Amino acid sequence: MEITLDINGDRQVLDLDPRTSLLDALRHHLGLTGSKKGCDHGQCGACTILVNGRRINSCLTLAAMHEDDEITTIEGIGRPGHLAPLQEGFVRHDGFQCGYCTPGQIMSATAMIEEAREGWPSYVSPSLEGDIELSDEEIAERMSGNLCRCAAYTGIVQAIREAAETREAAE
Amino acid sequence: MTTYLKMDAPQPRHLDETAQGVLGAPQDRPEGPLKVSGRAVYAAEHELDNMADGFLVRATISKGRVVRIDEASVKAMPGVLAVISDERFLRNPAQGGAGAAPVQGAAEVAYFGQPIAVVVAETFEQARHAARSLKVEYAVEEADVDPETASKVDTPDRRQLDQGDIAAAMGDAPHAVDVTYTTPVQSSAPMEPHASIAEWDGDRLILRGSYQMLKFNRAELADSLGISAQNVRILSPYVGGGFGSKLGIAPEAVAASIAAQELGRPVRVVMARQQVFEGTMRRSETRQRIRLAADTEGRLTALGQEDRVSNLVGESFSEPTAQATHFLYGGENRRFKQEVARVNRTCAGSVRAPGEAVGMLALECAMDELAEAAGLDPIELRKRNIPDLHPESGIQYSARSLAACLDEGARRFGWSERSPEPGQRREGEWLIGLGMATAARANVLSEAQARVTLHPDGTALVETDMTDIGTGTYAVLRQLVAEMLGLPSEKVEARLGDTDLPPGPGSGGSWGASSSGSAAFLACRGIRQMLATKLGCTADELRLQDGTATGGNLRAPLADLLTDGPMVEEGHLVPGTTAKEFSQASYGAHFAEVAVNATTGETRVRRMLGVFAAGRILNEKTARSQCQGGMVWGIGAALTEEIAHDPRDGHIVNRDLAEYHVPVNLDVPQIEVAFLDERDDAACPIQSKGIGELGISGAGAAVVNAIYNACGVRVREYPATLDKVLAGLPAL
Ligand code: FES
Ligand code: FES
Repeated sequence: MEITLDINGDRQVLDLDPRTSLLDALRHHLGLTGSKKGCDHGQCGACTILVNGRRINSCLTLAAMHEDDEITTIEGIGRPGHLAPLQEGFVRHDGFQCGYCTPGQIMSATAMIEEAREGWPSYVSPSLEGDIELSDEEIAERMSGNLCRCAAYTGIVQAIREAAETREAAE
Repeated sequence: MTTYLKMDAPQPRHLDETAQGVLGAPQDRPEGPLKVSGRAVYAAEHELDNMADGFLVRATISKGRVVRIDEASVKAMPGVLAVISDERFLRNPAQGGAGAAPVQGAAEVAYFGQPIAVVVAETFEQARHAARSLKVEYAVEEADVDPETASKVDTPDRRQLDQGDIAAAMGDAPHAVDVTYTTPVQSSAPMEPHASIAEWDGDRLILRGSYQMLKFNRAELADSLGISAQNVRILSPYVGGGFGSKLGIAPEAVAASIAAQELGRPVRVVMARQQVFEGTMRRSETRQRIRLAADTEGRLTALGQEDRVSNLVGESFSEPTAQATHFLYGGENRRFKQEVARVNRTCAGSVRAPGEAVGMLALECAMDELAEAAGLDPIELRKRNIPDLHPESGIQYSARSLAACLDEGARRFGWSERSPEPGQRREGEWLIGLGMATAARANVLSEAQARVTLHPDGTALVETDMTDIGTGTYAVLRQLVAEMLGLPSEKVEARLGDTDLPPGPGSGGSWGASSSGSAAFLACRGIRQMLATKLGCTADELRLQDGTATGGNLRAPLADLLTDGPMVEEGHLVPGTTAKEFSQASYGAHFAEVAVNATTGETRVRRMLGVFAAGRILNEKTARSQCQGGMVWGIGAALTEEIAHDPRDGHIVNRDLAEYHVPVNLDVPQIEVAFLDERDDAACPIQSKGIGELGISGAGAAVVNAIYNACGVRVREYPATLDKVLAGLPAL
């Protein structure tokens, strides 16, 4: 079937098997292999991308369901030489080792920082109301859908904490 | 030319004399920008012209024969190109460093989940659907799936040792513990599933795969296919984690290669996550009886570790459970015994720190029990039992900073605030406890070659088939060469993961950085000699810094010494007698603070510190990450990780990441790591030792010891899940 996807600001027309997941559309049909496949079952977060600004597991949704959605992948937020601040933070704090979970971590964190700014509470939030302060515990809870078997969690939290603070200071 | 060294004697510390000052610095990984931007391309991510996709088919019996594969059941499905089942298929992956094919054949089934066929189609979706629709008939045989009741049990000679009289020593001692610990099956679960793309060019096979030890993998793949290793090239520049599971060539590589040859087009086979759990390697479960006896001073008089592990028939690997116990503590009466039950379960192989990862869980908890029995602080007990000479072979130790690690850790962690009495500290519904354990990991050096090229423009290239599986090889080799040749790190490029490059031992056994690093060091020494000759001084006088050479009152930019073109040198390192003359290991000390919920028995790790000494640290940032990663594996082993085998047919019940619980971000506090300055001259010419597996050794025991200190419940059956803790807590 023919579908049109809006990815990182580019319109892409694809002829796909209707069973193709959004993740496989990116990886197998568009050469956008930055989004990783760790489980294909929504269990690891390696495939996290943004759809209309919200983070989703792209392995859990079919490409055919995303006509007209605004899709952002890791390739769309920075490249070597022009990295996003969060990407630079991951390098500086060594928030990865093998790098396989990393694009998913970064996409997830990108959306998570905005969720917190919008006041979404989490399991560890002291209250369901009011502003969210992104403590290490809040960051860790909100990032627990992104597994890292290399276990770079200490650096991941540091990189996100720093990016969230920079984002806050820029307001 | 080649600069060669066999490690037959401790080596001088050349790297303490160089001028650049970059080695050891916490520099960023050079490949970092590619990884964080999604531009590092992993095995499955190459799009080759006309590539087809294959999907593996697994056996759904535990033992027996494949009688018929009904190809017609899927051949007519859209896009299906072939159903292939071949006698060259691998029953299971090769063991690490095998260098030859493992047991082959797709007709005999030895475990549930064994790959028995591959279905190839034009697209991934078509292949997956067809593979899952394929009808297979079996002749089922009775299987042994329980290691405790298996009918065939081996006792490998290399794992039995009797010294003195342990029974008498236990009977005579004022303090003794005789306890049995169990650890469950665990899985490496690297985030990147195993994947291969096979492409033939005439007789020549190119495999883009996700592998740790390419020199061996090339030989294994060639042997599996019955072709010459000269005709095989493997590329693994980026590997999405391995942890042992990618040490040996695995079924997907051989299936892809056979399919690609048969179809005359490139074929990609990626294992589904469930197939990674079932069809690669597991860490064997262990049952370990630990016996410790001590005199009135707390000095060990007896030490025993007797274990039962398991594996498939025909596999010589057995978990080296007692590996560190042999050299870590004294005690003249010693007994080691191992039984290997032959079972129809997923193959058992090396998973991060084979031996120490599980052996230390038992030993270090038993030491905690002995400390309590003897009325000694657990740190003091350990310090009193650091032997002068190896308690079995009598050889000397190379650099060993264990006591310093224990002391430094105690100081940093605030150990003195721990109450020896359990259950003394409470915060609301949480009981707080502190625990510690020793870390030790045997150090191994392995043959390695590397090529270094110094260009007239002041850049350098280091090349080897060594891999970087997250370990920091790109960073470490770059810094080492920069240090030796007096260049800023940015001027050095490391090219890795290609069997066309000089062979190294690969990533495994924590030997990669020391072995390949030493080879690169030797190559640089050769180049330094050439530069010294050109400049007109001796190699000892030569000083290289920021692209300038000085020595013997002479001074020249490197470009002036390279007017004849680049200098190229290979380094070749071979292990020697120092491996036998010295007991070599990396050491450390773990400290954990946990909170145990008095109502639910849930454990949360609140603080964790590791202090380590592993010879020269080559990059403080990547070394720290390695240790942190290992410590988190310790948290997983202590609290959550456990593969469950169905008792009826042995199949893995929790074969995905939702049910096999690796630690997630919220399970892990900010982990603190400190390194002690150390040089190990007997280890290798760069004085470094292995670090990739050190962090896991003992880490889980520190957590479980902290649970005991928090609430007085001694869990001897890993993992210490809340049900087990709760069972020991007083009723509310
Ligand atoms: S690949 Fe999508 S969550 Fe794992
Ligand atoms: S960096 Fe390897 S899994 Fe996260």
